[in-house]
Amino acid sequence: MNDRAVPTSPVEPGHAVSTRAIDAAAGAAAAALTDAPSPRRRLGWVFWLCAGWVVLNILAAILAGVLPLQDPGLQTSAINAGPSLAHLLGTDDLGRDIFSRVVFGARVSMIVGFGAVAIGLVLGGTAGMIAAYRRGRVDTVVNAASYVLLAFPALVAVIAIVTFWGHSLWKITLIIGIAGAPVIFRVVRAATLSFATRDFVTAARALGATDRRILTKELLPNILPTVVSFSLIGVATVIVLEGSLAFLGLSVTPSTPSWGNMLNESRNGLNTIAGQSNPWLVLFPALAMFLFLLAINLAGDRLRQHFDVTELKL
Amino acid sequence: MAKYLAKRLVALLAILFFVSLGTFFLVHLLPGNPAITILGPNATAHNVAVVDGQLGLNRPLWAQYFVWLGNVLRGNLGQSFVTHETVVSIVTNAFPIDIELVVISQLIAFCIAVPLALTASRRPNKGFDRYSTAGTFALLAMPPFIVAPLLVLLLAVDTHVFPGPASYVPLTQAFWTNIHAMLLPAIVLAIGSIVIYFRLLRNDLIATLQEDFITMARAKGLTDRRILFRHALRPSSVSLLASAGVNIGSLIAGAFVVEYLLQLPGLGYTLVAAISQDDYIVVQGIVLVVAVSVVLVNFLVDFLFSVVDPRIARD
Repeated sequence: MNDRAVPTSPVEPGHAVSTRAIDAAAGAAAAALTDAPSPRRRLGWVFWLCAGWVVLNILAAILAGVLPLQDPGLQTSAINAGPSLAHLLGTDDLGRDIFSRVVFGARVSMIVGFGAVAIGLVLGGTAGMIAAYRRGRVDTVVNAASYVLLAFPALVAVIAIVTFWGHSLWKITLIIGIAGAPVIFRVVRAATLSFATRDFVTAARALGATDRRILTKELLPNILPTVVSFSLIGVATVIVLEGSLAFLGLSVTPSTPSWGNMLNESRNGLNTIAGQSNPWLVLFPALAMFLFLLAINLAGDRLRQHFDVTELKL
Repeated sequence: MAKYLAKRLVALLAILFFVSLGTFFLVHLLPGNPAITILGPNATAHNVAVVDGQLGLNRPLWAQYFVWLGNVLRGNLGQSFVTHETVVSIVTNAFPIDIELVVISQLIAFCIAVPLALTASRRPNKGFDRYSTAGTFALLAMPPFIVAPLLVLLLAVDTHVFPGPASYVPLTQAFWTNIHAMLLPAIVLAIGSIVIYFRLLRNDLIATLQEDFITMARAKGLTDRRILFRHALRPSSVSLLASAGVNIGSLIAGAFVVEYLLQLPGLGYTLVAAISQDDYIVVQGIVLVVAVSVVLVNFLVDFLFSVVDPRIARD
């Protein structure tokens, strides 16, 4: 049993992923689960604060339409205004309310972030569980395929596909979801492998349980903690990827408010001479994204630690 | 060792083959027709057929692939529809900028991350470690497209510490002007790398410091400083090296963003410009060059990794 601490969180947002790092992290996390019953440490107030902020953001994104907000596309005569009571976070160069655009902008990030990870979980997660449970040739083939897919730099692949296929919200979600599937595959496979040969699985099989039952009732609940904490960090990664695309003008149409689009628009302000730029336009979408990424990363990392006993040895 | 290297080389060739296949089919299987891009939306079916014939697009797909692959292997990546410049000359002009950006940013990142990690790992979970870990979490939530506009606003637009967008001059023309213009984008790129290197080295150092040979060194009465530098740093820096290679992929993403923002004519800037002009051949060429470079760098690092730590080649 390797008792080194888990290197870092398996996926750093916006960064390419080392298969070695993923395998190490997934293996260690899974091994930690099998090692000893996890001591019931408290998650701490930082975790609950972060989780609360994430939930608040999700709720605001869902309910943006019914909240008492200005129409995010409404152009008023107040152009580049600073924060005031009428416009909590000021207005942009077209006189649109920044607060309302930030709240509506959360929608794109949330849909792409959670949607793509969900797609990745369905594709990569299912493949990972089956490959680890079946072993043999299926495992060998899918495993090799995942290595090849991981070798291709994700952002470049996504940019290329988006260029030729177009960039509507659902297409971007689907593309990023598929691009993320090999990463999730590796994590789920490693986690499942550590349980697939355990006695309770053999016992279930001896009792005549079907493969489907073993996968869903015996294995799934055991790997769920690892997968959930990893997925949260995955959501942050995807949101960063979508933000990069939006910043390059390759995400949803610019008229749709999204955090990345707003940052991209603020770029025009930067290119003009000093004094004409509107700092609020850069600041608030950047802040919204920063706080959300910080909260979801901290929550994800805290959860990962919670289910990981190796760090207790420190 | 030779067997390990041979295995890695076979894997490398296989991956390069799939990368070329992927890049080729991106252009040919997805919607969009190069002939229509050249002729405009009002092209007649006859003209489209003629251009298709000229481009060889009426031949079977696999034949097209091998013709294309043959050209690529002979160093011919095609020609831009828009500027009629060859893709090879576009890439040779743009690539040095990315390489320079990456080198400067990595120097900055190492100079900050390594001392931080050394200090933090001496007393894990105490004051300095806690603050620097919390600090890197904050940096983790600041991808280049957030940091870049903010830094440009602060350091280039408001105070003129660094030159603003579109102030790039080639390195060979004016050395210091070039370095000055490259510093701001390099700092943006460095931020992402600092987080990775710090966290990796800190965790590895802490793990190494718990190993028996460190206890042994302590028992011999060596000073903390000597243990840290002479005994712990070397075994811990192996995975740092590996992550530096892996990090190249993320640097490309970040480089695209800062190039676009600061109008540095590197690969990213050129790629986005080509995309907006529907210049398929240029997009295809740049995607291929970037993907192949990333794969090659990863291969090189993997190889170096096995040189530094021979245990890896043994399995």
